[in-house]
Amino acid sequence: MLAVTDLIKSYPSPEGGRVEIVNVASFRLAAGEQLALRGESGSGKTTFLNLIAGILAADAGTVEIDGTAMTALSEPKRDRLRADKLGYIFQTFNLLQGYTVLENVLLGMSFGPRGADRAHAREMLGRVGLGHRLDHFPNQLSTGQQQRVAVARALANRPKLVLADEPTGNLDRKHSREALALIREVSKEQGAALLLVSHDEEVLGAFENRSDFAALNRARQEVRS
Amino acid sequence: MTLPLIVYRSLRQHALSTIVTAGGIALACGLLMCVWMVKTQAQAAFTSTTSGFDAVLGARGSKLQLVLNAIFHLEASPGNVAAADFEMIKRHPMIKTAIPLAVGDNLRGFRLVGTAPELFTNVEYAPGKKFTVRAGGKVFAADAKEALAGSFAAQRLGLKVGDTFRPFHGLAFDPKAEHADDFKVTGILEPTNTPVDRVIWIPLRGLQTMSGHDPKAATDVSAVLLQLRTPMAGLQLDMMYNKQGNRLTFAYPVGAIVAELFGKIAWFDQVLALVAYLVALVAAGSVLASIYNSMSARRRDLAILRALGARRRTVFGAVLAEAAAIGALGAAVGFAVYYGLFAGVAAVIRAETGVVLDLAAKHPVLWICPLAMIGLCALGGIVPAWKAYRTPVAETLAPVS
Repeated sequence: MLAVTDLIKSYPSPEGGRVEIVNVASFRLAAGEQLALRGESGSGKTTFLNLIAGILAADAGTVEIDGTAMTALSEPKRDRLRADKLGYIFQTFNLLQGYTVLENVLLGMSFGPRGADRAHAREMLGRVGLGHRLDHFPNQLSTGQQQRVAVARALANRPKLVLADEPTGNLDRKHSREALALIREVSKEQGAALLLVSHDEEVLGAFENRSDFAALNRARQEVRS
Repeated sequence: MTLPLIVYRSLRQHALSTIVTAGGIALACGLLMCVWMVKTQAQAAFTSTTSGFDAVLGARGSKLQLVLNAIFHLEASPGNVAAADFEMIKRHPMIKTAIPLAVGDNLRGFRLVGTAPELFTNVEYAPGKKFTVRAGGKVFAADAKEALAGSFAAQRLGLKVGDTFRPFHGLAFDPKAEHADDFKVTGILEPTNTPVDRVIWIPLRGLQTMSGHDPKAATDVSAVLLQLRTPMAGLQLDMMYNKQGNRLTFAYPVGAIVAELFGKIAWFDQVLALVAYLVALVAAGSVLASIYNSMSARRRDLAILRALGARRRTVFGAVLAEAAAIGALGAAVGFAVYYGLFAGVAAVIRAETGVVLDLAAKHPVLWICPLAMIGLCALGGIVPAWKAYRTPVAETLAPVS
């Protein structure tokens, strides 16, 4: 489902050189597999997810999703692939504040291959327990409810791969457990692979399959220009 | 659904700036259309208002003043035409109709014009249209102290059949200059939408022999309205009165003389057009400023849309569509502004000149202006749209600690 090979990303440093943030030689995730990556803040795990999602362009290396080399695609095609095959759950949820709950999910769907399917969006929101809050705006919901909207939006397009970046970072323990269970459950129902990154041991402990991002990432050496 | 939803929600989210910007565009659009329509219609209405006559004969002076005085009942008379001159032109073989006019009095600001009853019985003031007196009234008798009121003057003065009044001397109302003569209203004219509606018509003799008027000028007239038998007659009479003679002025053709007036103020048109273009540019600039200033607030939304799979061109198009939508909203409200302004201006022009502008008239400017405004606004949206296009997704979405 996901194959990452020799993926490198660096940024200019204030001193004039470049700082390498991500350098992953090889990473694989099978279809339907659920994996948690442990990583401290600033370890480059969000950059890693952004590279997989095609939000960031890599300096070198390849990202292959469901047989398509994301890194070889033009930006519009990367956008299309992201909309078609990926669901992204952000730490800060990134809900559109001026849009209703239903519209948030519909917009997430509208860039994908099936388009904005209102019935399916309602069904997804019902699945995460928000069928009665469709016309509410995000700021009218609790933090936990907002996270559930983000889950519904990420999964409404029936993605092949779900990326979750510290998805419970803004939730208390109770809501964190609920949100995590929901993400895993709905991903499983839809047959989507799940790649979750977190620094929270409790979250990581919920996964049978987990790995250390620090072991995966060979970066952190400054590259002189 | 996507683009309209994004545009709608963005407009809602920035409702205040949307309303203010669209209001500015509405004013600009309404003003532009109003200026254009009033200018076009006023020119057309003034140049086509001839009251059914081809020419005017009057005292030596400006042709424009003569036409304004005799046809539009504006300005002062340039002087008098002697009775002998009137009789001569009346009997001229090339003249079909000659109607004398005498001016110099008013009733509370509305002009009293002395004339022959034939004006209302024989003359078509527009092709196929004759004057009609409202039911219960009749045209004055030539030798009686009677009056026939134009519809607008009657309405404003509250005149009705059977009322009597005393005229005031001069063209401007002076309460101390009341004449001793009593005139009885015998009829009210149906509206003609011409300057005739603003006049109170009395017999020629009634005005000539009004108490206090100079008895020596009691047979003179102020002007003579003429219908010619052929257009060639106009050229011959022009030669006779204007080139060979030096006592009288023959103003022909009436429409062309009024058009000269508009020709003389053509520079004003250009100034108006320049102002209009500047107003439109300012409106487009306001859209640019409004959306551009809100870009920092909406950067995150745009980045989220991009992260969800929206292409750069989608967010570019959304911002452009939003600018065009503000333009469209402004243009739509602009029609209300236009109709309000135009109705007000038309009412003033009617009250001052009797010329009626048509609120329902069609003109290309009524679709060109709104479309151009929408286009300009969309153009104004290009800069913020470009900014949206270049929004860096990952950096913008990075959590703020």
